[in-house]
Amino acid sequence: MAGSVPDVKGRAPGLPESRGAILKKLFFSTLYLSAFTFGGGYVIITLMKEKFVDELHWLDEDEMLDLVAIAQSSPGPIAVNGAIVLAYKLAGVPGILCSVVGAVLPPFVILTAVSFFYNAFRSNFVIQSLLSGMKAGVSAVIISVVLDMAGGIARSRDIILIGTMIAAFAANYFLGVNVICIILTAAGIGAARTILRERKKKKEETDGGERK
Amino acid sequence: MIYWQLFFAFLQIGAFSFGGGYAAMPLIQSQVIDRYAWLSIEDFTALVTIAEMTPGPIAINAATFAGNQVAGIPGALAATVGVILPSCLLVTALAYLYNKYQKLALIQGILKSLRPAVVAMIFSAGLNILIPALFRSGSVSFAPGNFQPLMAAYFLGALLILRLKKKVNPIAVMAGCGAAQLIVQTVMRGG
Repeated sequence: MAGSVPDVKGRAPGLPESRGAILKKLFFSTLYLSAFTFGGGYVIITLMKEKFVDELHWLDEDEMLDLVAIAQSSPGPIAVNGAIVLAYKLAGVPGILCSVVGAVLPPFVILTAVSFFYNAFRSNFVIQSLLSGMKAGVSAVIISVVLDMAGGIARSRDIILIGTMIAAFAANYFLGVNVICIILTAAGIGAARTILRERKKKKEETDGGERK
Repeated sequence: MIYWQLFFAFLQIGAFSFGGGYAAMPLIQSQVIDRYAWLSIEDFTALVTIAEMTPGPIAINAATFAGNQVAGIPGALAATVGVILPSCLLVTALAYLYNKYQKLALIQGILKSLRPAVVAMIFSAGLNILIPALFRSGSVSFAPGNFQPLMAAYFLGALLILRLKKKVNPIAVMAGCGAAQLIVQTVMRGG
C-alpha cells in the first residue's frame, strides 16, 4: 500500500486542521450515505460529490472526477471504492479504515438481520408468494439493465468489442467457462489492443516528423 | 476451514468484479452456488431480490448473507473482509499511480474491453435466475406443469414497464410483481 498521507494542506480551504475531525466526519458521512442510499454505486458517488465538494468544500470538482475515475476502474463495489479513494486523498490510511467501516457497517447489520429472518420466514405463505413474484420482477430488472448496456456496446460498432460480448456469453453460458478466465482473457485483449494502438500512434508521429 | 474458504471465495469476488453493481453477480454465482454450494439458486435469487431492495452494494450484501447462512456472524465477517480487501489494496495502489502518472491509457483500454465480457456474464447470470423462475424444472421445456405462465406474465409486464417508462423505480416494479403473486396465490388458496 502506498503509505504516506498525500499532501492535504494547501488544497482545500474547507478542510479542518485536526486529523480527528476529518476521520470522524469521514466515518459518519460514509455511514449515512451507505445506510440511506438505494440504487447502487453510481448514486452514492453522486451524493459523495454533493457532500464533500459542494457542501464541505474539502475537494474541488476536478479532483472528485479523478477520484470517481479511479473508483470505477478498480474491481469491487463502487461505493466502497469511492469511500476508499476519497479517504485516502483526505486522510491517508487511517481515513481508509474509518470510511470503509462506515460504508460496510449498514449493509452488514441489515443483511445479518435479513439472514436471520429469512431462515425463520422462508416457509411463510406471504413471504414465499412475495419472493416468488419478485423473482420474475428482479429477472426483468436485470434483463433491462443488460439491454441498456449491450445496446451501448452494439452502438460502438467496434467489431472486437461486439465479438468479445458474444464470445464471452457463449463461453460462460453454454460451455461453462470460469468467470475469472473470461475476465482475464478480455483484459488481455484490451491490453494488447491498447499497446498496439499506442505503438502505431508513436510510429505515425515519428514518420510525420521525418517527412517534414 | 470454513472461514478461510469464505474469505478466499469472497476475496476472488472482490478482486474480479469490475464495473460495480451487477458485475459481482456472475462471480458470486460461480463461487457461492457452483463451486461451494453454500446457497441454492433459489436462495441466490432471494438474495439478489433482497439486495435490490436494501441499501448497500450487492457484493457486501452477498458476503454478509452467505457468510451468515454458512457460518454465522464470524462467517459473515470473514466473507465481508474478503470482499473489500482487494478494493482497499487496489484502489489505494491505483490512486497512488494516478497521482503519479495522471493518465493511465493502458487501464482505460483494459476496462473498455472488459465491459462487453462483463455485460455478457451479467446476462448469463440473469438467465440463470430467469429460467428457473419461468420453468419449474429449471430447464426450458413447455411441458404441462413445467412452464409457469403467471411468472412469464409478471416478467413480461415488468420488462415492458421498465423499457417504456424511463424513470420508473425498479424496486417498485419488483414489489408490484411480488404483490401480484401474493394476491393471485391468496385468491387461488381461498377458492
